[in-house]
Amino acid sequence: MATNAHTEHPGGGKPQFPPFNKETFASQLVWFAIFFIALYVLISRFAIPRLGGIIEARRGQVEGDLAEANKLKDQSDAALAAYEKSLADARARAQALAGETRDRLNAEAEKSRKALEAQLDIKLVEAEKTIAATKTSAMTNVRGIAVDTAAAIVQQLIGTAPSASAVEAAVADALKR
Amino acid sequence: MADPIHQFEITKIATLGHIGGHEIAFTNSALFMAITVVGIWALLMGGSTRRALVPGRLQSIAELSYEFVANTIESTAGKEGMKFFPLVFTLFMFILVANIIGLIPYTFTVTSHIIITAALALLVFITVLVYGFYKNGLGFFRLFVPQGIPIYILPLIVFIEVLSFLSRPISHSVRLFANMLAGHITLKVFASFITLLGGLGIFGIFGATLPLILVVALTALELLVAFLQAYVFAILTCIYLNDAIHPGH
Repeated sequence: MATNAHTEHPGGGKPQFPPFNKETFASQLVWFAIFFIALYVLISRFAIPRLGGIIEARRGQVEGDLAEANKLKDQSDAALAAYEKSLADARARAQALAGETRDRLNAEAEKSRKALEAQLDIKLVEAEKTIAATKTSAMTNVRGIAVDTAAAIVQQLIGTAPSASAVEAAVADALKR
Repeated sequence: MADPIHQFEITKIATLGHIGGHEIAFTNSALFMAITVVGIWALLMGGSTRRALVPGRLQSIAELSYEFVANTIESTAGKEGMKFFPLVFTLFMFILVANIIGLIPYTFTVTSHIIITAALALLVFITVLVYGFYKNGLGFFRLFVPQGIPIYILPLIVFIEVLSFLSRPISHSVRLFANMLAGHITLKVFASFITLLGGLGIFGIFGATLPLILVVALTALELLVAFLQAYVFAILTCIYLNDAIHPGH
C-alpha cells in the first residue's frame, strides 16, 4: 500500500515518526511554496485592497456623517441663539416701552396735579380774601351797631343823646382794648 | 487502541515526478494546503463581495481578521511595519485556517509537520535578514550591540545576542509544530480511551464519560491554541520585522 511505503523507513521495516520522515519533505516544501505564494498573491493583490477599501469607505462615510451631524447641530445651535436673542430683545423693548409709558403717565399726572393745586391755591386765596372782606365788613357793622347801641344806652340812662363823635371815640377806645 | 501518530501520516494521492532524486507527489498534506488556501479565499473574498456598509457575519470575520493583524503590526513594528502587512496577514491566515481545519475529525493538520513550520519560520528569518541589510546596510549589526553596556562584558552580550538571533527560526518553528502535534496526540489518546472504556460493558460506559468530558474540554482548548499559535507566530514575526526596521535597541 502506498501509505505504508511512504511512511516506512527505506532501510528497515520500523515505521518512522511521520513529521520526521525526510522522504516527504520535498513534496511538502514544493506544495507549500506553490500554495503559500499563491495565497500571498491572492491576499496582497485582491483581499487586502478590497477589505482595506471597504474599511476606509466606512470610516469615510462615518466621518462624513458625523461632520454633517455636527454642522446641523451648529446650525440649530445658531438658530436657537438667534431665537433667544430676539426674545431677549423683544423683552427689553417691551420693558423700555412700559417704562416710557409709565414715566409719561406719571409726568402727566404730576402736571395735572400741579395745575389742580395751583387752581386750588387761587381759590383758597380768593376765599381768604372774601373771608377777610366779610370780616372787615362785619367788624364795621359791629362798630356801627355798637355806636348805635352805646348812644341808645346812654340816652336811656341819662336822658340826653350824646354827641355822635364822643360815642364813636368811646367805642373805638373800647374795641382797642 | 488507535495509533495516535497515524493522523500525521503523509499519504500519496498521485506521484508527479522526481526533482533531484526526491519524489514529488500530491499528498494529503498538499490537499489540505489547497483546502486552506481556498478556505481563506472564500472567507476573505466571498465575505466581502457585497462590500456592505454594515457587514454581515462573514464580512465581519474578514474585516476583523484584517484589522486585528493590521493593529498587531502597527503596535509592534509601527507604521513602517505596514509594508509587511501582506506577508504577516498571509502567515496569520494560513496558520490559523490550517490549524482550525486540522481540528475537524479525519482531516490532516498541515502545521503539525516540522518541515512546514520550519519553512514558515525561515521565510520570516530570511525576510528579516534581507530587509535588515537592505535598509540599514552594515548598521543592521547594531541589533547585536545593545547600547549602555560596559565594554568588558560587551563581547559576551554580543555573543548571546547573536545566538538568540540565530535560534529564532528554531523556536519560531518548533513552538507551532510542537503545540499542534502535542494537542492532536492528546485529543486522539483521550478519544481512544472513550472507545476503550465503552467496550467494557455497563461500568465502562459510565467510566467513558470522564474522557468524553475531557475531550470536549480539550477540543475547546485546542481551538484556543489554534488561534493563539497563529497569533503568537504573527506577533513574533512583527517583533522580528521590527528589529529589521529599527535595529538600534
